[in-house]
Amino acid sequence: MAEMDTSGGGGHKKGPGVKKGKKLSTRVDLTPMVDLGFLLITFFVFTTTISQPTAMRLALPDDKVKDEDQNKIKQSGALTLLLGKDNNVFYYEGELAPDASNFQASNFKDIRKVILDKKQQADTNLVVVIKPNDESTYKNFIDILDEMSINVVKRYAVVDISPVEVDLIKRTEGGGAVPPKQ
Amino acid sequence: MARPKIARKSTIVDMTAMCDVAFLLLSFFILTTKPKPSEAVPIQTPQSVANKFVPDKGVVMISLNNEGNVYLSVSDNRDDREKKKSMIEELNTKNNLGLSSDEIASLVKQAFIGVSLAQLKQQAHFNSEQITAKNLPGIPSQDTTNNQMIEWIRAAKVAYMGTHMDLIIKGDNVAKYPVFKNILTAFKKNDEFKFQMVTNQSNVPEGTDLYKLNMSRKDEEVK
Repeated sequence: MAEMDTSGGGGHKKGPGVKKGKKLSTRVDLTPMVDLGFLLITFFVFTTTISQPTAMRLALPDDKVKDEDQNKIKQSGALTLLLGKDNNVFYYEGELAPDASNFQASNFKDIRKVILDKKQQADTNLVVVIKPNDESTYKNFIDILDEMSINVVKRYAVVDISPVEVDLIKRTEGGGAVPPKQ
Repeated sequence: MARPKIARKSTIVDMTAMCDVAFLLLSFFILTTKPKPSEAVPIQTPQSVANKFVPDKGVVMISLNNEGNVYLSVSDNRDDREKKKSMIEELNTKNNLGLSSDEIASLVKQAFIGVSLAQLKQQAHFNSEQITAKNLPGIPSQDTTNNQMIEWIRAAKVAYMGTHMDLIIKGDNVAKYPVFKNILTAFKKNDEFKFQMVTNQSNVPEGTDLYKLNMSRKDEEVK
């Protein structure tokens, strides 16, 4: 390509009868080597994934705060998300009705719409209460926190789940009756 | 009149310089790429849109693997290893574990603490190949009566007193929530309310509120 046949006529100017060893040029065509070099560079650049992990910050509330100091949330702005097993999400708005009529099932795909609807409706009063049950995974928990930051929900709290809610989740998930607690 | 002959220039370019550059770049990329540290305890972290990077020093990391076992490690540099040493010494004297200074040194060198306090003496005699999830049952933190993470966090707090400490939880996707909650309990018992969770970065879905917020922030920066 760029450099071909460099020493083709190298042996012309020899004297007659002089049979010297052919003087070969020491120049080597470096084009393939350059090709190889860049090929390797491209390979390494593309195969190296930048795997710097990121961290999600979370601040816990202090449990020792006295009851009267705690913020009371407005019922109209409350949305409670319950995390069940197999990536199920359940939710209810406001307070849980005694007959559980406002208890609804959802999943991680649809929950964003639920949160957004509630956000629009409640505006500044919005408080999302997250209650993971014992069957939910760490991934579920991170996903729901992530959903909070994706939807820019400023106020949310992680709260322990109540037995009534565990019971409801169990029933909705079709797990039958709840095993008696010891 | 004879036309002046245009000298034919050779198209040959000296490739040596280019070759040098290519290999220089190649060596640069190879040498600057940090190989992924081999993980004794493999953990698949979940994804999130969080964009803050994990700090590389002053970190006390609590790992949660897929079986719900809990491991403790510190960042890999001299200062933090000193801190780890004082943590172990503290626990040693407090709980009468009877660890010799050699055993403590060996524990400090190991990447993970993954046994109960009583078994620390055994772990000290493991070599680096034995430090795997298979051999280490994890620090007991399952039940509330014997949550040894409380002890460890307390020791970490003492060791890092006066310096900055980042509590970081690195959990596996399938780890169950109760284990995570027990670690939170350990944090709370020690009045540590701020911590971070390791995740893999993912892109913010388009059209969401955060996406719009980020976009408007970018616009402001441009202006």
